[in-house]
Order: sequence, then C-alpha cells, then structure tokens
Amino acid sequence: MPPVFGVLFDGLAYGMLLFLLSVGLSVTLGMMNFVNLAHCSFAMLGGYVTVTLMNRLGWPFFATLPVAFVAAAAATVLLERAFFRRFYNATDLEQCLLTIGIVFVSIAAAAYIYGTDQQPVQLPPFLRGSIHFAGLNFAIYRLFLIAIALTITVVLVATLEMTRFGAQVRAAVNNQRMARGLGIDVDALFAVTFALGSGLAGLGGALAIDLVGLDPSFAFTYLIYVLIVVSVGGLGSIGGSLAAAMLLGISDIAGKYYVPAIGSILIYLVMTVLIMLRPAGIFGRR
Amino acid sequence: MAREGSIVSESALAARGVDKRFGSLVVAANVDLSLPPGARHALIGPNGAGKTTLINLMTGMLRPDAGQILLGGDDVTALAAEERVRRGLARTYQINSLFPHLTALESVTLAVCERRRVAQTWWRRLFAYREEIEEAQQILVALMLGAVCHRPARELAYGQQRLLEIALALASRPKVLLLDEPAAGVPRDESKELFAAIAGLSRDIAVLFIEHDMELVFRFASKVIVMVGGSILLEGTPAEIASDPQVRAVYLGKTQREYRHG
Amino acid sequence: MASTTIAEPRAYLQAQMRWRWGEIAFWLATLLPFIVTPDYLLLASQVAIAALFVLSLDLILGFAGIVSLGHAAYFGTGAYTAGLISKWGWGEPLTGLVTAALAAGLFGYVTSFIIARFRHLPLIMITLGIGLLLQESANSASWLTGGFDGLQGIHTWPILGRFRFDLYGYSAYGYALAALFVIFLGARRLIHSPFGLALRGIRDNGQRMRAIGAPTHSHIRTIYTIAAMIAGAAGAILAQTTETVSLEVLGFQRSADVLVMLILGGTGRLYGGLLGAVVYMVARDQFSGLNPQYWYFWIGLLLIAVVVVLPNGLLGGLSLLTWRAKAQS
Repeated sequence: MPPVFGVLFDGLAYGMLLFLLSVGLSVTLGMMNFVNLAHCSFAMLGGYVTVTLMNRLGWPFFATLPVAFVAAAAATVLLERAFFRRFYNATDLEQCLLTIGIVFVSIAAAAYIYGTDQQPVQLPPFLRGSIHFAGLNFAIYRLFLIAIALTITVVLVATLEMTRFGAQVRAAVNNQRMARGLGIDVDALFAVTFALGSGLAGLGGALAIDLVGLDPSFAFTYLIYVLIVVSVGGLGSIGGSLAAAMLLGISDIAGKYYVPAIGSILIYLVMTVLIMLRPAGIFGRR
Repeated sequence: MAREGSIVSESALAARGVDKRFGSLVVAANVDLSLPPGARHALIGPNGAGKTTLINLMTGMLRPDAGQILLGGDDVTALAAEERVRRGLARTYQINSLFPHLTALESVTLAVCERRRVAQTWWRRLFAYREEIEEAQQILVALMLGAVCHRPARELAYGQQRLLEIALALASRPKVLLLDEPAAGVPRDESKELFAAIAGLSRDIAVLFIEHDMELVFRFASKVIVMVGGSILLEGTPAEIASDPQVRAVYLGKTQREYRHG
Repeated sequence: MASTTIAEPRAYLQAQMRWRWGEIAFWLATLLPFIVTPDYLLLASQVAIAALFVLSLDLILGFAGIVSLGHAAYFGTGAYTAGLISKWGWGEPLTGLVTAALAAGLFGYVTSFIIARFRHLPLIMITLGIGLLLQESANSASWLTGGFDGLQGIHTWPILGRFRFDLYGYSAYGYALAALFVIFLGARRLIHSPFGLALRGIRDNGQRMRAIGAPTHSHIRTIYTIAAMIAGAAGAILAQTTETVSLEVLGFQRSADVLVMLILGGTGRLYGGLLGAVVYMVARDQFSGLNPQYWYFWIGLLLIAVVVVLPNGLLGGLSLLTWRAKAQS
C-alpha cells in the first residue's frame, strides 16, 4: 500500500483525538455562546490526573480514564458555580479575558506541580506496538484511539437523537429562548452539558499523552486546534466537529509529512479562509 | 384627512408579492402593501403574525424569498439596509435599540452627521459642527427631550427612551417612517409626550406603525391593515376594522381571551 | 427649563474636550525619567513603545469594539519593515518610521476588508488566524526575516543627524516619547471628532448604526487601518532603538500582553491604556527575575480579578471612586 494510507490512518487517529477534545466546546458554545478558552485546561487536567494515578499511585491505564473524565467534569462544575454562571451574558471580551486568565493560572500551576518536561506514560503491553498490514505499520494505540472515539461518537449521537435529554439539548442549541419558553430548564441543562463536554475533554487529554505528549503548554497549544475545529465545524454541531476534526487532523499530518517546510501555515490559511467563507462553520446555522 | 386616493403617482413605500419563510415556517405569504406619501397607516395583528418581520423585510434586515420592495417607485429589494436609510426609509425598534453610553444629544448628532456624510472626518472637532448639533437639538426639543439631552441614553426614563428612538429615526430626514410598537411598555403617565410626538410628525412623512394599543390606532391611523399568519387579512378604516366580525374573532376576541386568562 | 440656545450644547461638548489638569500633569511626569531616574531610560523607552502599541489597540477595541487576538501582526510588520530598511542600508530613523508605519497600515487596510465583515467568535478566530499565519510565514521565510535568530545588521543613524542612540537611552526615550505624544494628540483629536462618535456608536450598537444609515464597514476599515499604522510605528521604534528584531514581535504572547495592558488600565479612555502599559511594564521589570511561567500565573489571576471586580480597569475604578467621593460630599 502506498504511504498515503499510513498518513491517512495517522491523520484519522489524530483527528479523532481532536474531536474528543473539541466536541464539548462546540456544544456549549452553540448552546450558551459562552466563549470558554479554558476548555483545554480541563483536558490538560485529565491528562495530569492520569499521569499522577499511573506514575505515583501505580494505577493501570484503563482505570485512570474514567477518573480523568470525572475529574475534569467535577472541576467544571465547581468553576461553573463559582464563576462562569455570572458571565453567561457578559461580552465576548470579558468571557475571553476571564477564561484566558484561567488558562494562564492552569499552565503555571501545572508547571509548578509537575515541572515543564513531557510526562512519561507506560501503556499496557497489549496497546503497544503495531500491526503490519499490506506493507504499512498501524500502531495499535491509534487503532484503540479510533475505536474509543467512534464508540463515543455513536453514544453521543444516540443520546442526542433518542433520549429526552438529547432532545432538550438540541432544542436549547437551536433556540434558547424558545426552549425556555417550552419549560426546559436551560440553566441546569447547560451545567450538565458543560460538565459532560469537559469530561470528554479530560478523557481526550488522558488519551492524548501517548499520541502527542503532555506538558503545561498543552492547555494553550491544543486550544488553537480546538478553536479551529469548533469554528470550522460549526457551533453546536457534532457532525460538524467530527468532519472538521478529521479535516484538520489529516491536513496537519499530511502537511507535516509531505511539505514540512510550510509547517502550520497551511492549517491557519485554510482555517482563516473557511471561516471567512462560512462564518457559522460548515455545519453551523447562520 | 390624508390625501391618499387622489392623484397617485407612486406610493412612498410598497411591498409587492413578498414571500419569506424560515424552513417550514412561513412568515410572509404574498404580501402586498402600499403606503402613499403622507399616510398614517396602522398595521395590527396577533403576536407572531409577521408584522415585525415585514418591517425587517422592508428595511433590508431580511431578504425576501420572492417579491419586491419599492421605495418611492424605485426597486430597493437588493439594496443594503443603510442604503435604504439614505434614500429616506427610517424605522424604530419595538425593543429599544439605542446607544447606551452616548448622550441623547450625541446620539442624534451622530445620526445627523451620518446623514450629512461628515461622520468620517476624524481631524475636525465635533463641536465645530454647529449646524448638525443645532439640528439635533431642535429634534430633541420638539420631542420634549431638551432637558435631558446630556444624559446617557441608558439613564433615561423608559418613555424618554421610546422618544429617543423616534428622534434617531427622524434625524435621517425620512420620507417613510416605520414605527414598531412605539407605545410598547410606556406607562400611562409618560404616554402623553409620545402621543404628542406622533401627532407632531410632519405630513411630508408617510408613517406606518405597528401597534397593539387601540387608542393610538384610532387616534392617528386613517387606514388599518390586519395581518395574520404572514398574510394580510384585510384593510379598511379603523371603524370598519373594529366592527368587522372576522377581525374580532381573529384578533380582538383573542386579545380579550388573553386578558382573561392572564 | 433654561433657554436652549445653540451655545449651550456646543459649549458643553467643547468643555468635554478641554485639557484637564490631570492630563497636563501626566505628560509633564513623562519627562521625569530624564531627571530623576536616568538609569532607567531604556526601560522608559520600552514603556513608551508599549504605550503606543496599547493606544492603537484601544482605538479598535475600546472605541470600535473589535476584539483582536492578533494585533501584534501590525506591530511586527512595522518592526520588520523598519529593520529591513536599515539592514539594506538606509538607517535614517524618521523616514524609516514613516515607511514602516505605512507598510503596516497597508497590511491593516487589506485585512480590514475581512475584519469588518465579522463579529463575535468568527472575528476572534480570524484575528488569531491572521496573527498565527504571519508568525508562521515569518518563521518559514527565514531568508528574509532571519528566522529564529532574528534580523541582524540593523544600524540606526542619529535622529536629525545629531542625537545618537546609545546605551544611556536618552535618544531612545526622547524619540519614543516624542512619537507617543504626537500620535496621542492625533488620537485625542480623533476621539473628539464626529468619527470618534461614530466609533462609539458602532461599539454600543452596530445594528442601530446601520439603521441610521451609517456605513459601518467603511468606518471599521478606516479605524483599523489607522490603528495598524500606529502599531507599526511602535514596532518600528522598537526595531530602531534596540537594533534587533526577532519573531516574538509577531507572536501571540505580544498580542496577549498588549490586551492585558489595555484591560488592566481600562478600555475606551486613551489614558487607561497608557496607565496599563506603565503598570504592566514596570511590574514586569521588577519581577524579571521570576520564572516567566509564574509571572503568567499572577497575570492570569489579575485578568480574572479585573473581569470580576474592575471591569473598567484601573482607570475605571479610579473614576468610580472619585465619582462616589463627589456624590457623598
């Protein structure tokens, strides 16, 4: 098989990771228009929880994953009650500044507690290595990542389409005022969705360690990518986030493989042009 | 009485065959409306009938799916909102849309400066623009806002804010004025100035106002247009409309029911 | 009600524009470093450069309401242009400054067509995208920009043939301060012009601006171009006084820093930005021994504190205090 399939596979895995990191932000932005630039700080938290549990307490990798999810979700609930709630109707600028402040604090805290080096993580033996198929190597961990992300996608879509909770979320994203008018408790709904979205990000952060590494700058570096996915994919759209994440993941890997000199220029250029052409995102509403 | 019905060259504002839908929701269905120069027409109908949407279509905030908007005989359907304003179409908003941190005088002066195309000059001082400031002041005084002209808009009483809405629209020297529920939410003791302001509107301006306040409609409108579910149900004098059984059933009767059930 | 002759509102507006004692005191105080702290003149010139940059951001953010996370793009364009002109043999500072400002202004003009069409998250993303694009491009085009090592070979000629740039910093601070003051006068005039009023209208209610017939896109393009020129001027002065230019002049960190300075001091007041620049730069110098990460910890807390407690920044808080004091007396 030509190497392009290897590139596609790696891009797919990376894209799935970006999807996990982004989907929560897409939904909460679509529902409440709350610009939460600290979203990747919660992802980073999930990563560091996994690292702590595994390296300092000897937990097995799989056991740490749900804890990463819960930790990020719980942290969100706390911050939401303490702070964010008061700023749902604030200006874009205020929300930006508040959450950028949280990002700065989180990066500094992570550097203080864990230092600035990359965190090592030991995957369980059956996740290491790769499968040889048709002349290419397919890393087992990436297959695992793709499988988990697909499973979560199916669960998300099923929840949205088939449960009452999901219907309420869709209504609130579509038209908040009307949803309130119909008697939906949008504030409680938002708190739950926000927590779930951050939880997913935390899980993404834990899964990211072996793929892209973990250090304090994670909260900012991946914020850029997440914002790209959300802006291009469309606020409040799971399908859009998935498509945009795939696009970004594959473009990034392909770009680095085929034209390393250009680096990230292609990504930023494509993003800027796409946002100009469709400001509401590919799948967003006007 | 207004001069409509006499020699009609062209209407000041007209909508012809205007359609608009959002997905499966039809908000305007083949709407035909004509506003002669100097008219005083009222547009009434139950909530959700599409009245504000029609205003948005006529001012350019929304594009119709089909049909035309004609301003003084010219087809303006493709023109941007600010371009229509420059050709003499002004509106007020049902929910106050003011400049909260600007004083009343600054707000109206700004509107005058924009009309006179001097708002781009950044090298001359504002207070050097005597004519613009004087014109703004005259508009404010005529609307009984002279005493509060130096207060920021967000500090004005609600009734005064509604008057400022009208002042801003008048600053563009419109030939057509669309008032979206000018009396909405204005307490009884502040409505006197509002009524006086509407009565004082120049006869050169064609006025279409959306209203639920029947006192206003009966007092100022020479013709009433009833809109229901995106379509025009019928038109007539206020007396004709008030006694029409269809209208009573659809609108006035419903209103009474709403009042009873709160 | 008093007679409403035309004189009264004009006089009122005129009084608003008069120079206050506080302003005169502020500008006189900027001369102090020459006399009182001559050892810190280089720092003072950095503060003046930062203040000029913040001023340009205030014009688009504080007055027109454009949230930009990539304003360093114009600062960097000015810096690299001035640096390249000098490197290629023409080190005269004043002409270099004007050329660099025009280059940044041109870039600003071109991008303003995009900026004017968007608001909210798409706008934030586009400003971020433009900044990141420029930074990456500058990194790649290392044949032009010197890449990671930065521009080498900048040599600035003495101003007006007489004032040399040296390590003492007299010329550097004098140059930066003079540029800041002159441009500030222009900005102050702009604020009190009909255009300044239009900008505040756009910030307050863009939709209503269209409803009064205002060409909002045209206004935004104009102020964005002017702000880009001013940011470019600040970058050029940095390049000329320090004789170095590196990639960080285009970086997100610089865009974020200038945003913090403006928010700290208070948006929409011109002097707020200046105050914020002074406080931020002096504090950063004082704590320069600190690990940069810990510096950003305190900045993060500061940002949260400002948003929660002092939404109008230091200057806003001060004016609130004086207003309360007056109301009680």
